[in-house]
Amino acid sequence: MPDLLAARAQMGISLAFHIVFAVIGIAMPLLMVVAEVRWLKSGDTVYLELARRWAKGTAVLFAVGAVSGTVLSFELGLLWPRFMELAGPIIGIPFSLEGFAFFVEAIFLGVYLYGWTRIPARAHVAAGVLVAVSGAVSGVFVVIVNAWMNAPTGFTLEAGRIATVDPLAAMANDAAFTQTLHMTLAAYAATGLAVAGIHGWALRRDPMNAFHLKALKVALLIGAPAAILQPLSGDLAARQVARAQPAKFAAMEAVFETRRGAPLTLGGWPDVGARETRLAVEIPRALSLLTFGDADALVTGLDRVPREEWPNVAAVHLSFQVMVALGGYMALVSAWALTVLARRRELAGRPRLLLALAVATPMGFVATEAGWMVTELGRQPWVIQGVLRTADAVTPMPGLVVPFAGFTLLYVFLGVVVLVILRRLMRHTPVVLDEGR
Amino acid sequence: MSAAGTLAAILVLALNAYVLLGGADFGGGVWDLLARGPRAARQRALVARAIGPVWEANHVWLILAIVLLFTCFPAAFARISITLHVPLALMLVGIVVRGSAFTFRSSGAGDAAFERRWGRAFAGASLLTPPLLGITLAAIASGRVGEKGAGRGTFLEGYVLTWLTPFGVAVGVLTLACFAYLAAVYLVLETDDQVLREDFRHRAIRSGIAVLAAAVLVLGLAGTGAPRLVDGLVRSPWALPYVAATGLTAAAAFGALWRRRYGLARVAAAAKVSLLVWGWALAQYPYLVPPDLTVAGTAAPPVTLRLVLIGLGAGSIVVIPSLYYLFRVFKMAGVREQSPE
Repeated sequence: MPDLLAARAQMGISLAFHIVFAVIGIAMPLLMVVAEVRWLKSGDTVYLELARRWAKGTAVLFAVGAVSGTVLSFELGLLWPRFMELAGPIIGIPFSLEGFAFFVEAIFLGVYLYGWTRIPARAHVAAGVLVAVSGAVSGVFVVIVNAWMNAPTGFTLEAGRIATVDPLAAMANDAAFTQTLHMTLAAYAATGLAVAGIHGWALRRDPMNAFHLKALKVALLIGAPAAILQPLSGDLAARQVARAQPAKFAAMEAVFETRRGAPLTLGGWPDVGARETRLAVEIPRALSLLTFGDADALVTGLDRVPREEWPNVAAVHLSFQVMVALGGYMALVSAWALTVLARRRELAGRPRLLLALAVATPMGFVATEAGWMVTELGRQPWVIQGVLRTADAVTPMPGLVVPFAGFTLLYVFLGVVVLVILRRLMRHTPVVLDEGR
Repeated sequence: MSAAGTLAAILVLALNAYVLLGGADFGGGVWDLLARGPRAARQRALVARAIGPVWEANHVWLILAIVLLFTCFPAAFARISITLHVPLALMLVGIVVRGSAFTFRSSGAGDAAFERRWGRAFAGASLLTPPLLGITLAAIASGRVGEKGAGRGTFLEGYVLTWLTPFGVAVGVLTLACFAYLAAVYLVLETDDQVLREDFRHRAIRSGIAVLAAAVLVLGLAGTGAPRLVDGLVRSPWALPYVAATGLTAAAAFGALWRRRYGLARVAAAAKVSLLVWGWALAQYPYLVPPDLTVAGTAAPPVTLRLVLIGLGAGSIVVIPSLYYLFRVFKMAGVREQSPE
């Protein structure tokens, strides 16, 4: 395995592993806090039980997220020292701020998880709120860095070295708003619907259990609105990519040829050699209309990009299709569930809705991974779009296949253990009969 | 002091905090591993209770240090990352296994075999990680990662022999001994159980002796292992007061432990270990990565440094009271003995 490929694979595995825990770490505290507030307001101990059980799972997931995030902050240098040497002074500020947000998150998670009986209930809820807020904020800071890699700004170079730098302008880059919005919504949608799916499935088998019903409602309250908003934020993000990274956009949408009135290509397999997408469904002029609000607008294709600067078109297009399809399903199911809730109908008596929710359980995470594949693979061969090539950023150390194999094995093993632990935590759910019936 | 100098000092401060707090959490793992006798289970429970609520917050000091390094001194970060890839990667494995295993164990819900297995992983990783941190810092201090050949040539020459030296291993042992020592000194005050207190008092004294022995070993090897560091230390005007202060804190810590004045022992032990960190930092100043990368020479543009300083100021306003609250809730007398959730 060539060193560059090994380094990219290790970075990819590390990000793919971490993002699951990061997403849960952002959204789960909010679910816990909502449940706890409902307990305090209603005195209904089912909500207290929920908050405590969710907290137990979150403790494990957060810890794995924290340590795998540490690995990433080191890997930036271990694998891409030339990237960090250039990017550090330009875009290090959001990383520093993230450090503080993570500090607050870790401190109050400790207070929350171990403080149930030590501090007053209001202080406990406040600790949970701080965890939820600082988790979201630290996610935003990290994504700002990635956005800068896609839309680099706030510096000038002379002979490969920084001549002038404006870190605040770098933070306010063109992709920052759309990417942070898209990722934050993804965290709530993926986690909310995953929790809803798990309790929805349990409710199908045990429809009288108020524990699952209440859990489902709290999870939907957070996951469903995010899932419904997500396609809109995706639209904003796609327009931004079309503007700033035409090569990535062309790969996402499998546009080989620059043309007016470009069709929207659904599914299919891009054949790079033949420069066409096989087995795809094409909607005439829809891509131009969606992207630029004009059915005759000009869409830049890969033909305008030098061949050696093409990303892996098949992987990017396919990942993009997977993300859009799963996101679309999640939005539809969420709309369905919210409609039922808004009409004050019972969720428990609707096995088809519950099944549809259960099916969505892993979808948000798969969509998140696919979305990151689009972002990262779509930027190749650049690590900083148009500024620094990935191949020029990699460490000179030989034998990178060894750390790649080592971290992959470690993460696969930890992933399996986490699943076993979560199953164990879920196995014994309390039976709480719904008193309303 | 220049902005770069101030930030370098804050970087050492973050590392110092990590050593005193995160280091003691690793030391706790060592005492979990060495728990013996009829009170082994109670000793382990004490360690777990002491670490549980705080280890993740303590861990962030390391992240802060690394973020400051790559934002403010990017060339030093790149050099260290390339030449010390191997010990840093191994240290990361240790950090991942330690943290994961600790939470896995506490989620065991009474499954004894499961808890024992992950307890062993937690303790083992706690033993192996600190030496790697020490080896990394020793390699930087030795000046070898800046020499010709480091980061190029064969794998063995360029990426292993730069850090795998007798001096490096000695500093690794010293780091481990310091962490175990800090943990033992802190743990005495984490319980009201007199028997457990005596257990950890004995451990504190024994590991304090281990720290002294390791320090002597490091000093003995420093002449050949890190000549520049020794030069920096010997030639500086503060060499004598420094040695006197280190000796004084060490003696005070032993005396306080002997006379069971545990609060004083905590302060003296923390001061002693901090002095080791600052002695290293000051001896190699103005070099960040000797023999060629200086603080000023690798500093990011002034606007970046200024913004980081503003960010640190704003962040401290939030984080320092939060940390105070965390330690007040879990570490002050009177609430210690309540069992965690």
